Amino acid sequence: MRTAVIVFPGSNCDRDAAHALTMVTGKQPAMIWHRATEMSAVDLVVLPGGFAYGDYLRPGAMAARSPILRAVREHAQKGGLVAGICNGFQVLTESKMLPGVLMRNAGLKFICKPVELEVVRTDTPFTNKYDEAVRIQIPVAHHDGNYFAQADELERLEGQGQVVFRYCDNPNGSINDIAGIINESGNILGMMPHPERAMGQNGDQGDGQLFFKSLLDAVG
Amino acid sequence: MKAIVHIALKPGVLDPQGQAITGALHSLGFDEVTGAQQGKVIELDLQGVDRASAEERVEAMCSKLLANTVIEQFSVEIID
Repeated sequence: MRTAVIVFPGSNCDRDAAHALTMVTGKQPAMIWHRATEMSAVDLVVLPGGFAYGDYLRPGAMAARSPILRAVREHAQKGGLVAGICNGFQVLTESKMLPGVLMRNAGLKFICKPVELEVVRTDTPFTNKYDEAVRIQIPVAHHDGNYFAQADELERLEGQGQVVFRYCDNPNGSINDIAGIINESGNILGMMPHPERAMGQNGDQGDGQLFFKSLLDAVG
Repeated sequence: MKAIVHIALKPGVLDPQGQAITGALHSLGFDEVTGAQQGKVIELDLQGVDRASAEERVEAMCSKLLANTVIEQFSVEIID
């Protein structure tokens, strides 16, 4: 599997993502700077966590209009896989590649702790290695993770089974406990929790490993 | 020419920051406050456009970048 990690000024999980990808695929991802206008052909693009462009205006707003996003969009339109983690999820909603928006946490505090998630969908390229309805532990670290979508959009998301991860104990006020969603075509996923920080090397259960192994399995 | 853009959450969207402001004002004894809505003001300096096209173009700027219309509404004021 050939992978790439997009690096924005202010990204801070780009190396964690690269480490996780290298660990699982045995190959280092291409690290692509936000000013690049094209990238070599890859199977998976990761938009990493952090505070791209200092979260100016709104989290993900500037990154969503950066030069590299055009290439990421083209990659996705050709069916390529895109995973947006935390700030990457915010970039995907700001660029309208995924519906909805990530608002300020309902409790107004930055939340940094492991949370329990239910894996709702196990038939996606991102989750095929997980057991159905399994509960996993993955850390969150965000100030703006409160997912919101208008009623009609939410109905469409739920109706089409686009919710992939739900919080078991909602930490941030997300509507319908949504922690991660996928697009209609099933190749773009955004999630607030950080699977790359749960690779079993920090005293955690390593529940993030299957996320990356699923991708490897889907792509080969 | 200047454009003043006001951005606010749409009615009905939960505004925890507005609620926190209301609560803090109550704790200071300002009991007459029944609600607060926090928004943004962005001032743009413009050159080489007339008033009508400035209005139109700033509205396009709002839709494309300055506001996230999933949850935010905006208004534009042009000042000569």
